[in-house]
Amino acid sequence: MKFEQIKELIQSEYSDAILGEDENSSPNALIIKAESLHQVCEILHANENTYFDQLSCLSGIDNGAETGTMEIVYNLYSIPHNLHLMLKVKIDRSKPSMDSVSDIWKTADWHEREAFDLYGIHFNNHPDLRRILLPEDWEGFPLRKDYVEQEKYHDVIIKWKMDNN
Amino acid sequence: MSETEISQLGGLKTGEGGIIVSKLDDLLNWARFSSMWPLGFGLACCAIEFFSTASSAYDLDRFGIIPRNSPRQADVMIVSGTVTFKMADRVKRLYEQMAEPKYVISMGSCANCGGPYWEHGYHVLKGVDRVIPVDVYVPGCPPRPEALIGGFLKLQEKIRSESVLRPKALEKLVEEKNEV
Repeated sequence: MKFEQIKELIQSEYSDAILGEDENSSPNALIIKAESLHQVCEILHANENTYFDQLSCLSGIDNGAETGTMEIVYNLYSIPHNLHLMLKVKIDRSKPSMDSVSDIWKTADWHEREAFDLYGIHFNNHPDLRRILLPEDWEGFPLRKDYVEQEKYHDVIIKWKMDNN
Repeated sequence: MSETEISQLGGLKTGEGGIIVSKLDDLLNWARFSSMWPLGFGLACCAIEFFSTASSAYDLDRFGIIPRNSPRQADVMIVSGTVTFKMADRVKRLYEQMAEPKYVISMGSCANCGGPYWEHGYHVLKGVDRVIPVDVYVPGCPPRPEALIGGFLKLQEKIRSESVLRPKALEKLVEEKNEV
């Protein structure tokens, strides 16, 4: 199945789901409306011509406070058809939230926890949304552009100093 | 064999009555630096060098250094790798579980001062000496097995100069008190 055919398949089911495409990305990306991403993933996973049975990667992107948006990138792979596809979603930065796809791909569970850990993106309907890498009591989300690290963690100064004390 | 023949040979050798005279400090120090058992745990790529130091090519065994799996049985802690803040709590806990006398070798740049994470590593402890006291620092990224062995020899030197009967730290404390 070609990229165009996948696009047509999605459009035939949800005509307004695709906002655009990004030909510079590899593999080619479809920009999907945030609200319809879960439904799009469902048909891409279930349709026998696409059968994207693997979520290779899920990444977060912070576009910074000026643009006021964040992005989530989904990299899908179909093992039987040897197909790659990238989906991109733009969300509001002030209150970033997204529907979880962990009910479709189990892998998304930990990927989404990582995105939550480092970007503070809230995933609705996630079974166990808590930090995965950083300690429970860490403050802030480190991969956000405007992140300022806390001064101390458990009474230990975080910044490096010449005399190291 | 007759008695005269035996006495001509220097008497019966029973193994009894062997006496070695030594200073207590020397004896204790000898026992300590001859069996420095490190805690067998690693944090990052330095741990790989630590493992290979224990391999047959470098043979840590010849110094009486045998990695132990429990902090209760370990004398030396080798902090081999990047200490994240999440891990720092656990490293401290492990150190507290070790029995005295205990020593710490900080292995590699990360454990020494944060290494390549010193500026932007928000999650990395900038030197394990901020959490636990360190006896020997081994530089390198990662240090070669020879360097780690060098660290152990440095620690041996340090243990050699210790005294149980005349603890320097205590003497210093008493001196300071007398001055006041």
